[in-house]
This record gives sequence, structure tokens and C-alpha cells, in this order.
Amino acid sequence: MNFEPDPGVAAFREEVRAFLRQQLPPELAERARRHHHPLKEDMVAWTRILHAKGWSAPHWPAAYGGPGWTPLQRHLFEEECALAGAPATCASAFMLVAPVIMAFGNDEQKERHLPPILRGETFWGQGFSEPGAGSDLASLRTRAVADGSDYIVNGQKTWTTEGHYADWLFCLVRTDAAAKPQRGISFLLIDARSPGITIRPIISIDGAHSLNEVFFDDVRVPQANRVGDEGQGWTCAKHLLDNERAFSAELPRNKRMLARLQALLAEAPALQQDAVLMRRVAEAEADLLALEMLTLRALSEHGKPEATAWPAGSILHVLGSELQQKTGALMLQALGERGLVAPDQADEAAAGITGDYLYRRAVTIYGGSNEIQRNLIARHALGV
Amino acid sequence: MNFSLNDDQRMLQDAVQRLVEREYSFAHRRRYAAEPNGWSRKLWAQASEIGLPALLYPAEQGGLGGSAFDAMVVMQALGPAMPLDPWLPTLVLGAAALRRAAPPLQARWVPRIATGDWVLAWAEGGGCRVVADGEGWRLDGRIAHVLHGDSADALLVSAQGDAGPALFVLHAQQPGLTRHATRTHDGRRMATLHFDTVQAQAADVIAPPGEAAALIESVRQAGIAALAAEAVGLMQWLLDTTVAYLKTRQQFGGPIARFQALQHRAAEMLMALELARGMAHYAAVMLDEPDSISRGQVLAAVKLQLTQALRFVAEQAVQLHGGIGVTEENAVGHGLKRAIVMAAEFGRYDEHLALFAQRGGFIEAAA
Repeated sequence: MNFEPDPGVAAFREEVRAFLRQQLPPELAERARRHHHPLKEDMVAWTRILHAKGWSAPHWPAAYGGPGWTPLQRHLFEEECALAGAPATCASAFMLVAPVIMAFGNDEQKERHLPPILRGETFWGQGFSEPGAGSDLASLRTRAVADGSDYIVNGQKTWTTEGHYADWLFCLVRTDAAAKPQRGISFLLIDARSPGITIRPIISIDGAHSLNEVFFDDVRVPQANRVGDEGQGWTCAKHLLDNERAFSAELPRNKRMLARLQALLAEAPALQQDAVLMRRVAEAEADLLALEMLTLRALSEHGKPEATAWPAGSILHVLGSELQQKTGALMLQALGERGLVAPDQADEAAAGITGDYLYRRAVTIYGGSNEIQRNLIARHALGV
Repeated sequence: MNFSLNDDQRMLQDAVQRLVEREYSFAHRRRYAAEPNGWSRKLWAQASEIGLPALLYPAEQGGLGGSAFDAMVVMQALGPAMPLDPWLPTLVLGAAALRRAAPPLQARWVPRIATGDWVLAWAEGGGCRVVADGEGWRLDGRIAHVLHGDSADALLVSAQGDAGPALFVLHAQQPGLTRHATRTHDGRRMATLHFDTVQAQAADVIAPPGEAAALIESVRQAGIAALAAEAVGLMQWLLDTTVAYLKTRQQFGGPIARFQALQHRAAEMLMALELARGMAHYAAVMLDEPDSISRGQVLAAVKLQLTQALRFVAEQAVQLHGGIGVTEENAVGHGLKRAIVMAAEFGRYDEHLALFAQRGGFIEAAA
């Protein structure tokens, strides 16, 4: 056991900081700071700047155009980006569908889809959940019926984040109604502009639009767009969800939120005299510290046998999401009466904070609700 | 950073785990508690044979020159035993207090500690005054709640002088020093020490009045780090014991482990444990940090986290055992008692939280 800091770490962090100082346009950072629902043009612009440096896909292997970073470097990069206020890139593309295409796709699919994602040219939306299939995803009913070399897809998907920006959708569809629920599912890549697709906004609790529902009405999809074999969709989905959960305490976002909370306190001397509030803030900071150590441990164990000794993904997800909500609630406290004004009339900082608090109720629901995560953690604890 | 044990640390861990398995079952513990001191000198001699008391003391004085990580490994492996013996003061606090002491002072104390002949207690609390007296010092006053103070052969005493706190090491048989023993909730002993014109030689001073504050702080921090490791070991044992119970206890026609409400409590226990494990590592890293502000902040956060996590895990263990959990004969309840005592050592939760809040955060403000 040793904790000698790797001398490369400080140099790497400085390289990322220098890049952000030079290349991150201030207006993008300003908008990303104020709005938790990013504009597509900002996401595209930032992805292209990153791509020019070879950094648009920090999580991808070098063979596919990733920078070939270690898990710790990826983490440091994301942390610096978050603290600098860099906009997000399209997570559905980079983090969700791309690893599935790499693991299960054929060469043609890899060549067709991965380079445009890398360059920030295509946006993707996720079609997993349905009105009747949330936590019980395997009960999904959107069906794909073979017709010549195509499938005809009918059904409905929901909670498609940034679906209104999407050029492509990746969907779980039922290709075999007779098989056991998990066995009858396939993984399809669907052009979002195909005839028969209707995308409608879902306005979230903060009054804003990131979420969508997607209707499929006799949509024709080439069978060549199926990733993996027919019936292999559940395996693809599990691979994707494992990726989504991996190392997902969202430490950079948690740090960013606490930094904003500190800024609110800094401009309100009266609050700094509030010993009760200040102690609650201190508790959140102590929680963050513990979460950071847990994240660093997960990163250092990545790929080693120790990594399987504890359910890191689920634990990080639960703790990281609950800390975001705790910090969000503290920010509301710090805002006080400023936070009462309706979002469209509030000053911009206050509107962003209240909206963010509201929208962040979703972080304990998406990617497998925290109750589902606790089931998984318990399964590990109980060794079943 | 590397969180894995190296080969030496793994061997050390195995050795302590074997000792605990062979000699420190809950039944053994009961027997040791009934001995005159409330712990077993025989077991201490066995531990000394494998070098445990010597572990952290300087090699020049008969110690093994071990690191904070070695201390972590040992304390964590001892955690499940809920040991009654003076491990913390003798292994950890004494080494932290004496490691920068003058070599002649080290030479008088360390070899006897390292061989296992002498055990220590850590006495602080501001109730003891010290004044200069000729070539030496005179101590008067009273320090209560000194864990192992009744049976210790030597005492590390923090006394208040006009210029600030001082740190002494004294023979327990020193004239003028009397000790009144009491038992603690968790089956250990402690003492109230009465100092009535206790004469200390100049050579007994580890740090004179006004020069000991930083040293005392670092000893307390070493104590917090050791408690964190012990807590991790104890929590792991509490979780394992509870999981085994959930799988065997039958109600409604099957094992109660199949109920989700109980599963989620087990999940919460595991999360608290893993957080604490990370913080115990962090504590060991930070003990050698030269920047006293960030060291103090991290160790305060460690105490916060360990206090909360251990009490939570122990309370869940009792709850999940049902009625049997609130009986004296069941071991998990003794884990909760241990948690209560550990919570009170080296500063309560609220004290550390207030300090942590006052010193300001780690996170800089950014709009």
C-alpha cells in the first residue's frame, strides 16, 4: 500500500487546465454554469474543440480514437472540465451506445457510427424505458417484426434525454414475443428521421425541456442496424448499464455544486453567522471527501481482482446522487427568499439553482433507481 | 495511489487475524474480561512474540520502525475482537508521542514497551497543572476517564503549564500518583488519576509547557486514524455476522434475508463500511502531511465519518438481529457499546464538526 502521488498527475492536471484556459470559450462556460439543460450548439461546439485536441472521447480506447488515458486521468479531466464550467458532450453517444457498438457491433457499424460521434457530428438518444417498463425494463413491449431485410417497429419509448437533438436512437425492442422476457429483446440503431417516428417533449419539474417521449408507428428499420444477434439485446443493455453506473459518483458535478454553494455563502455574510447552516455545509463537505476517497479507490482498483470485492458502481451511484440532492437542498437554504421567485422571473443565478434542485430529483431515479441499486448492493452484501 | 496491501502488510494482517481467530473469540474475550486487569497479560505476551507492541517504535530502540499503514492493518485486523487490552495507547499513541523524543528518553522507555513488558495509557483533559520545581516539574490535579489508566505501567500525561500544555511520560507507581479504576460500557477499564505533588524529572519531559500542543494534536490524530481502522474491522465483522444471521433466521416459512426492507438495511451497512474504509486509508496517508491545516481538516472529517458510520452499522446490526440483538449474551450488542466508547474518544462528533466548519472548507467558492 502506498499513496505516493504519481508525479505525472500534477503535470496532467496542469495540461488540462492550460487547455481549458485557452480553448474553452467564456460564453459557453457562462451558459453551462447558468443552465443545467445544455444547448445543442454549445455541446457540438465544445465536442469539436475537444476533438481537434483528440480529447472528445476520454473513455474510448485509443484504437477507436480515444486519448488512451488511465481511469485516473479520465477522472481528472472530467473534474477539471466541470470546475471550469465546460458544457457536456453527448453522453448517450459517447458513454452509452459507443461502448455497445465497440463490444457487440460489426465492422460496418463501427465504421459508420463511431467516427461521426467522435467528431461531434451525430447526437444519440436512448430508447430503453417505456410507460409500462421502468425499473422492470425486461417487460418492454415495443416490438420489431421482421419484414424482408427490415424490421417494422411499433411502440413507445420515454425519458429520452436530449431526444429532440438526436440524429439516431438506440432502442431495445422485442423481436420474439414467445421467448422469456430477457431472451426476446434485440438492440436496434434507428435513424431518428425515419418516417413514422414522432418525438414529443416532456416538460420536467423545473419547467424545462431535456426529456422526450418517442412514438414508433410502422417504422421501417434495416435488420443490418441490429447490434449483435437477435435476442442478444439484454446482454447489450447490461453492458451499457454497467458502463453507465461505472465510477458514477459524479464527483466532478458534486464538487462543482459545493463550489457554487460556497459562492452563495461568500456573498451572504449573515449566512456565515448561521452556525447550524454552516455545520450542515461542513457535513456535506466531509461527505464529499469520503466520496472522493471511495472514487479514487475504485479508479485505482479498476481492472484488478479487488474491484469485484465490493459493488463499486452501485455504491458510488447511490452516494453521489444523494449528495447532489443534499447539496442542492443546502443551496436552496442559502438562497432563502430569492429562491421563492418563479423561475421565469427570478434572477438568473437563483432560477438556475432552484431549477437544478428540482431537476436533480431525477438523479436518484435514472440509470436504475436508488432502490434498485440498493437491491444490487444487498445482493452483493448477502452473497446471493 | 495504490490501495492494495503489499506482501509484508499482507503477512502482518494474516498474523494478527490468526491471533484473533485462535485467541480472541467472544468466549475468550469474556474470560479475559474476568481477569484482574480486565485483559490478558498472557495474550499480550503472545502478541509481543510476533512483535506487535514494537511495530511502530524506532528501530534504534528495539522497535520495528513500521508505518501508519502497518498500524492501520493491525488495528483493522483487531477490530472484530473488540479487544480489551491497551492496544491503542501502547502501539499507536506511545509511538506517536515518543517518536521525536530525545534519544535518552526513548532509550529508557521504548525497549520495555517493545518487548511487551510495559503497557501505556494516554491521559489528557486539562485537569492536571504543572509548574517548574527546581531542576524538574511538579504535577497536581486530576484527570478522569483515562482508558487503561488502571493497569498501565507508564502514563503519557498532558499537563497544563502557564505557557501551555506539556507532555510527560511517568511511571504509574510514581509517588503522589493514585488511581481509581472504573469499568466502561464496552467491558474495558479506565481510571481517574489523582496527582498530588507528583515530582517529574527533567528527563521525563517529552515536550515542556508551551511546546507540546502540536505534538499532542498529532498524537490525537494518530489515535483517530487507528480508531478509523479498528472501526472498519469491527464494521466488517458486524456486517458479516448480521448477514449470516439473516440467512439462517427463519420466519414466515423461510430465511428473513429474502425481505427487501432488511436487504436495504444490509445495503446501507455495506455503503457506510466502504466509505469508512476509504477514510481510514486517507487518515493513514494524512498522518505524515506537513501542512497542519489540511491534516487537521482531514482527520476531523475522518472522526466525523467513523463515528457516524460505526454507530449506524452497529445499530443496524442490533436491529437486524431482532430481540436477540438486545441481549447481553449476543456479541453484536457489544459492538454497539464499543461504538459508543469510540465516539467519545479524541473529540465528539459535534466538536469535530464545529472545528471543520470553522476552519472553512476544502472547496473554494466558484460562481
